[in-house]
Amino acid sequence: MPVKLHVDNVSLSFGGIKALQDVDFQVEAGEIYAVIGPNGAGKTSLINSINGFYAPQQGRIIFDGRDMTHIPPYKRAELGISRTFQNIALYTNATVLDNLMAARHIHMKSNMLTGALFWGPAQREEIAHRRLVEEIIDFLELEHIRKSIVGTLSYGLRKRVELGRALALEPSLLLLDEPMAGMNVEEKEDMARYILDIHELQGTTIMLIEHDIGLVMDISHHIAVIDFGLKIGEGSPDEISRNEAVIAAYLGEGER
Amino acid sequence: MANIHPAGVFDTTYEEDMSVDRTPRDKLWKNLAFVALLLVPLLSVSGPLGLISDQYVGLIARIAIFVIAAQGLNILVGYTGQISLGHAAFMAIGAYSSAILARELGFTFWTALPVSAVLTGLIGLFFGLPSLRVKGFYLAMATLAAQFIIPWVLRYPLEGITGGTRPLNVPAPLIGPFASYADDPIDDATPLVFQAGDPYLVDVISLELGRVDGAQPAIELRNPSGDIVPPGDFNMTVFRDADGELTGFSYIATKPGEYAVTATAEAGATAFRARVRRGKALSFATETAMYYIIVPLSVFLMFLARNIARTRTGRAFISVRDNDLAAELLGINVFGYKLRAFFLSAVYAGIAGCLLAYERNSLSLDMFRLDISIEMLAMLIIGGAGYPLGALFGVTFIRVLQEAAIPALRPWLLEILPVLFPFIEVVNITSAINPILFGGALIVFLVLEPRGIAHRWEVLKVAWKIRPYAY
Repeated sequence: MPVKLHVDNVSLSFGGIKALQDVDFQVEAGEIYAVIGPNGAGKTSLINSINGFYAPQQGRIIFDGRDMTHIPPYKRAELGISRTFQNIALYTNATVLDNLMAARHIHMKSNMLTGALFWGPAQREEIAHRRLVEEIIDFLELEHIRKSIVGTLSYGLRKRVELGRALALEPSLLLLDEPMAGMNVEEKEDMARYILDIHELQGTTIMLIEHDIGLVMDISHHIAVIDFGLKIGEGSPDEISRNEAVIAAYLGEGER
Repeated sequence: MANIHPAGVFDTTYEEDMSVDRTPRDKLWKNLAFVALLLVPLLSVSGPLGLISDQYVGLIARIAIFVIAAQGLNILVGYTGQISLGHAAFMAIGAYSSAILARELGFTFWTALPVSAVLTGLIGLFFGLPSLRVKGFYLAMATLAAQFIIPWVLRYPLEGITGGTRPLNVPAPLIGPFASYADDPIDDATPLVFQAGDPYLVDVISLELGRVDGAQPAIELRNPSGDIVPPGDFNMTVFRDADGELTGFSYIATKPGEYAVTATAEAGATAFRARVRRGKALSFATETAMYYIIVPLSVFLMFLARNIARTRTGRAFISVRDNDLAAELLGINVFGYKLRAFFLSAVYAGIAGCLLAYERNSLSLDMFRLDISIEMLAMLIIGGAGYPLGALFGVTFIRVLQEAAIPALRPWLLEILPVLFPFIEVVNITSAINPILFGGALIVFLVLEPRGIAHRWEVLKVAWKIRPYAY
């Protein structure tokens, strides 16, 4: 399998706090890769570095064989990286439809002038992209709230809308930052099903951060464990469940 | 808010779902409203029907101008979530640049309008640069700089062309001259006398000086008041040859009455030939005529803004407003779109400023003070920032309050207020009525309907459309 994403010896610190220290791992194309670790371990900092929101002091982010370390965030999205956020970051005062359409931005061509006239190519483009967005709406079962303002929706629905927005970008690498945080068992199962479907139907490479160990063990192909900014273990779910360091730091000594 | 279609109307295509006016009835109402708006000047006292006061024609024209400006602010503040306290200064750039282009460089209104709009846009872009680093309150302070720098630059460094603190005359927009109806040779000492100056179909008088032997003849143009029109008059364009000698002039006769052109040979000079050509041009000097430029343009710009808001650029603006971090990580160049919003907003302000200049025929820096910038923000809050019709509602509400409701209430207020506040002098009360009611309206809206009249309107519209069902 070719390497989709290579996090090459990345170190990131904020003043004296070392968020990431020499973190190094590779995500293969077409796999589900999970990153686990206790709160404050540096998981979100890692995703933010991949996204370009943080600039690591050391190391490189290599995506599809291309060094992206100095590319601004919005251009990384154009290359095919999309994400969701731990604390939902939707466009709250817009409709679900507009949230998803906004993520089609990089695939659309109309500009201020052609959009202002809303005529010919600009209108056809709107309709073509609307059709694609409607497929995502169907897939995530969001039809009934299509025209609702996002700010009025429940937490679980917002999480789903956010996944939809990330998908609307048609990413080749999808970063999911705690997609199941704060959900009940049914909602978690729904979300896991969506993630597996996305992976299966579109072959999207998925990197996710999640706290629910059982679920992570079930759906991911490879797992990396981070603690205090250090990668303390990596491997298949089986290997991780036997890794001494991981058990000590994360799963707990008593459970052995 | 999404477009809600009437109960019983179902969409079968995405095109139908996206349309603003889904049913023929929606379209009919909108077109009727536009036609009614265009008929207003015909109903006025100076029009053929004479039903309503001329004051309302001017009021609607001024509302339409400020709707353009406020819609520009709406794009920046309502859609993109940035802020500008320098909007009136951008209007000043549009106004002064269009007037100066016409006065100094011979541009017509039709070319000066787009050029000044783009110029204003570029200056707006420049003052949008701080938005890269600062947000909210700090950005407000940074844009306040525009409100101080721009009028200062117009007042002192550019005094030579702007007239500084003195009012600047602005020529009226013209179409033409498209037909010349008279072409008379004139000679020594016999004046050519003629009637000219219909307010709508003005005369453009042009004089061409042919071959001159010896000294130049003295040429005079007298207007209906009997005054000699000086070569510096803003309705006159003077043509000179390479040596700086007069070869002719072109004058727009706006005042109705009798004009006279006289050419007198200097003593000792032998011969000259001169021709006076008179042509007709459509003039927009009157308030009624300007109305037909301002109102359709305002409607058209509202239409453009509405389309921008519902397509790619508008969604990028909304993304930047609602969550700039997510927008950046999902492929939107946040700074680029902030700058686009500043540009677009200033273009709208520039167009509004240009129209204001040509509507008033006279410009002064007092028309673009800081309180106008703040008033426009207040209008937007009252109308509903971030709604396509927010600017229209806000400006209409405030202008009608200021220019129609307050004058109507004034006698009654003047009777009752001195009784309520006997400790304040009557003179002070008179001057305070306007700001008090304006401030009062703003507070009422901020407390009771912070999302503005437009939000209320959308709620009502939805309720009306989905009747007889409750939801």
